[in-house]
Amino acid sequence: MISAPNHPPPLNGSKMLAKRIIPCLDVKEGRVVKGINFFNLQDAGDPVENAARYSEEGADEIVFLDITATIEGRNTMLNVVAKTAEEVFIPLTVGGGIRTLDDIRELLKSGADKVSINTAAVKDPSLVWEAAEKFGSQCIVVAVDGKYVSPGKWEVYINSGRTPTGIQVLDWVEEVEKAGAGEILLTSIDADGTQKGYDIELTRLVSQKVNIPIIASGGAGKPLHFYQVLTEGKADAALAASLFHYGILTIPHLKKYLQEKGVEVRV
Amino acid sequence: MTVIVDYGMGNLRSVAKAVEKCGESVVISDSPLRIEKAARLILPGVGAFGRAMENLRQLKLIEPLKEKIGEGTPFLGICLGLQLLFEWSEEGNVAGLGIIPGKVKKFPSLPGLKIPHMGWNNIKLTTGNSPLASKIFKEIPDNSYFYFVHSYYVAPAEETVISSATPYGIDFASSVICKNMFACQFHPEKSSKTGLKLIRNFLGLPVERETWL
Repeated sequence: MISAPNHPPPLNGSKMLAKRIIPCLDVKEGRVVKGINFFNLQDAGDPVENAARYSEEGADEIVFLDITATIEGRNTMLNVVAKTAEEVFIPLTVGGGIRTLDDIRELLKSGADKVSINTAAVKDPSLVWEAAEKFGSQCIVVAVDGKYVSPGKWEVYINSGRTPTGIQVLDWVEEVEKAGAGEILLTSIDADGTQKGYDIELTRLVSQKVNIPIIASGGAGKPLHFYQVLTEGKADAALAASLFHYGILTIPHLKKYLQEKGVEVRV
Repeated sequence: MTVIVDYGMGNLRSVAKAVEKCGESVVISDSPLRIEKAARLILPGVGAFGRAMENLRQLKLIEPLKEKIGEGTPFLGICLGLQLLFEWSEEGNVAGLGIIPGKVKKFPSLPGLKIPHMGWNNIKLTTGNSPLASKIFKEIPDNSYFYFVHSYYVAPAEETVISSATPYGIDFASSVICKNMFACQFHPEKSSKTGLKLIRNFLGLPVERETWL
C-alpha cells in the first residue's frame, strides 16, 4: 500500500535518492574562467553554453561561483543567470559575494534555484535565518570552507579561504542548520586544488552532525575520490570544477563508474 | 492559451521557460478572468501551505480554479500545486482546496532520512491503464528520475488516483491523476529532458474534454 506511515523503511537494494554530481563554474564578468588560485585566469567560454553542455552530459545540478568584484559584473551575472534559466532545466545554484536579502531576491528572480552564502553568513548569521524565512530553506545553501587544525577539529575560513574566524566547522554547521539552511556546501581548504581526494573525515563528521544534505567539495582528482566521499564520507553530492573543465573526467564516465560500484546515480 | 497561476508562491519563471521550450506560449497571471479563459492551467508553487491558501483566497482564485478544473480543463499541478488539491495539510493544520480526497503529511522522522527530500529520485508508474496516464507518461520509462524538493507528501484517500510512487523512507505518492488533473510532487521544469518530455506530453493533451477523458 502506498504512503502507509507504519511501513518499515525500504531494505537495501530498493532505490533511493540518487547521489548528485555537480560541476562548478567560476564566472568573472560574465565569462567562465579557469585558473589556479585566482592567478593566470583564462577565458573558457560562455557560462550558458558550458552549463547546457554539462546538463546534456548528465550533471545533476550546476553551480555558478561569481568571482567578479565589480558592480557592473554583478549585473552581468544576473543576465547570465537569466539566460541559463532559459536553456538549462536542472537546478542552478549561484554563489559568490552575496551579502544581503536583496542580492538573494535578485538572483532568485533572475532564475537561480538556490543561492550559496558564505562570508556574509559568518559575519551575520541572522542573514541565513531571514533568507530561509523569506525564500524557503530549500533555496538557501550555506557554503562552509574548513581548514584542518588538529584531529577532529577544523576551523571556518571566510573571504575565499583567506581569513580565519576562530569558529569550529562542527559547531558552525549545526548553527546554520538551526538557522534554516537547506543544504551545506562543504569545502576542505586543505584538499582544494590538490586532486588528491576529498577530505573524507571532515565530510563524514559534518554529514553525521546535521540532518540536511551535504555537498562535498575540494580535492577531486579521479573517480575513486567521488566514490569515497559519497560512501565513506556520507556526502549527498560531490562537486568538482577543474576536473570537468579540463576534460580530465567526463560526467558520463564518472557516473558509469559509480553505478558499477553500486552507488545510486541518475543515468 | 496556457495559463500559469501566479499566487505569490515562488518563482514561476522556470515553469514558464520550460513550457516555452516545449514550443507553447504561456502567460503568468493572477487574474480570475484570465484563468476562466485558459485552455490549460498550470498551478506551480513552492512554500508554506497555509500562506498559499491565504493568497489564493485574497486573490479570489479559489472559485475560478475549482470551476475550471470541474469543467475538465487540462490541469497540471506541481509540488505545492499538487498538495493544495487535497483536503487538509499537516503543515499549519489548514484546509486545502479539497478537490481530491486525502491529506498532506510530513515525512516521518527516520534515522538517516534527511528532510527536505531534495534531489533526484525515481518514480514507479502505478496506473498503466488509465488513458490520461498513458498520455502523460508517454515515452517516459518506468523508474525515471525526477527532481524533488519537499518536506510534505500527499496521502490520497483513494489509492486509485496515485499514478506514481517514490521511495523515501516510505513509498509516497509522487504523482496523482484524477479526471482531467495531473499533479506531481516532483519538478518537471527542473528534471532535464525527462521533465520537458512530461510537460510536452501535458501540452499535447487535447483541450476539449470528452476527446480524451
